[in-house]
Amino acid sequence: MSRVVELARLMQGNEAAAEGALAAGVRFFAGYPITPSTEVAEIMAERLPRLGGKFIQMEDEIASMAAIIGASLTGVKSLTATSGPGFSLMQENIGFAAMAEVPCVIVNVQRSGPSTGMPTAPAQGDVMQARWGTHGDHPVIALCPSSVREAYDLAIRSVNLAEKYRMPVILLMDEVIGHLRERVVLPLPDEIEIINRREPQEAPADYYAYRADETGVPPMANFGTGYRYHVTGLAHDEKGNPTNDPARAEGLLLRLHDKLNLNLDDILIEDSRSLDDAEVVVLAYGATARPARQAVKEARQQNIKAGLYRPLTLWPFPTASVDRLARQARTIIVPEMNLGQYRIEVERVVRGRANVVGVNRVNGELIAPGEILQAILEVV
Amino acid sequence: MGDKTELRLSGTGGQGLILAGIIMADAAIRDGKNSIQSQSYGPEARGGASRAEVIIGDEEIDYPKVANPNVLLVMSQEACDKFVHDLASGGVVIADSTYVQELPAVDGQIYKLPISQTAREEVGREMVANVVALGAVARITGVVSRDALTEALMARIPRGTEEMNRKALELGWQLAEQVLH
Repeated sequence: MSRVVELARLMQGNEAAAEGALAAGVRFFAGYPITPSTEVAEIMAERLPRLGGKFIQMEDEIASMAAIIGASLTGVKSLTATSGPGFSLMQENIGFAAMAEVPCVIVNVQRSGPSTGMPTAPAQGDVMQARWGTHGDHPVIALCPSSVREAYDLAIRSVNLAEKYRMPVILLMDEVIGHLRERVVLPLPDEIEIINRREPQEAPADYYAYRADETGVPPMANFGTGYRYHVTGLAHDEKGNPTNDPARAEGLLLRLHDKLNLNLDDILIEDSRSLDDAEVVVLAYGATARPARQAVKEARQQNIKAGLYRPLTLWPFPTASVDRLARQARTIIVPEMNLGQYRIEVERVVRGRANVVGVNRVNGELIAPGEILQAILEVV
Repeated sequence: MGDKTELRLSGTGGQGLILAGIIMADAAIRDGKNSIQSQSYGPEARGGASRAEVIIGDEEIDYPKVANPNVLLVMSQEACDKFVHDLASGGVVIADSTYVQELPAVDGQIYKLPISQTAREEVGREMVANVVALGAVARITGVVSRDALTEALMARIPRGTEEMNRKALELGWQLAEQVLH
């Protein structure tokens, strides 16, 4: 048997997300188990104590977010996992983590909503909530896997980006990918890039917790290491003390956004298939990208110039790439298990330069390849 | 689309069909193939319709769901009524005759086997009906090797139940042997 066959194994998407987070160095999990994300909590409960980490089942998702923020402030990479109803409860503290610049990762395995909806059925209804669920002009990073291996890779990447840019990162999965089991060959530990937060070099007395250098990201002192500073959701100065000073408040907010805007090349990742000469582009993410890929293959067999564009970083929005698609394609088809949440963003960037068409399902079932192929055939 | 077998294992929640699907997909990987397993179930822990789907092939598998199975296992009348018409042309239906009494004619092969009854009477635990079914499906379809299936089974069952499960797999294999000859 070749080495690849030996290392190949059947793995579930939720398991991959949990294992990826552990491989990236997560050693704290606080959460409240909810379908269809429960396996993440189960695996963390089993694995973390053996790795010297901590697992806490909290009373609810608000507290779960609070706990991972607190753990992260002490220097421990921290994770929680939930689905729509829990994600709603987490929003207040996600905003706190964005404002106080605390690295943390939230896995949201989307299920059919609104409210408690259909717990075991997939949806992509939290795409806009991932972007705007918490109030205020906050920056956010949300990554979206389409396979089990990608759930592993993007869990690692989520932890790395959270550490690097000191902010909450959302791993936006869906029930299909969360519960899917497929063949994976995982990277070896020495093939995995791990990023840790930058720590201050100066003495504690000279430390400004929120003074950034040219990267826009302030080095982060972990609590308990002798550095004392104030952590607040209020607008704050470089010491972390609350301020109502318009210039300081604006400077802080703009810097929070610059952390992303200055580093889009590092943050935005994407994938494509048969895109070079495509006149019809299917733009799809998460589980929906799989029937989309099959539909594109079938369209190519009929000599239709169709291609797939797949953003793995949903937020920030891949404006430059979609702008390119708008100039290249006659039609952009956006299949989603929601009523067009991402399509609205695509239309915003396309500005009428290409025809934008949705294929939408909100019945708790994954869109079939035939539905997307039909949409392709209707526009050629 | 290459050489691809699509299986749907269906019945009632609690019959262990999702685990059976996992073991089948695991066995295919041990055979050096590509495989994918997905599931659909209700919020109940017991009862309600349950189904596991497995796709086994040599190429990249895009759409993870099964629309028209080549192999359909039905372990309840409800599952049979719901899914039998989805069968791909020329496909195989394996029905647990313990619970499935009415089977319409299909464009394909039908095998009726007393799966749950065999588990209950010969192993003493109906709980292992899913493993009996796995043995029968593997023997009839040849979609996974017996060695790989045994390995995958042993890797995914609770310690202390190896003997019972090995026996269940053997019984399923024999049930299939009887109808094939």
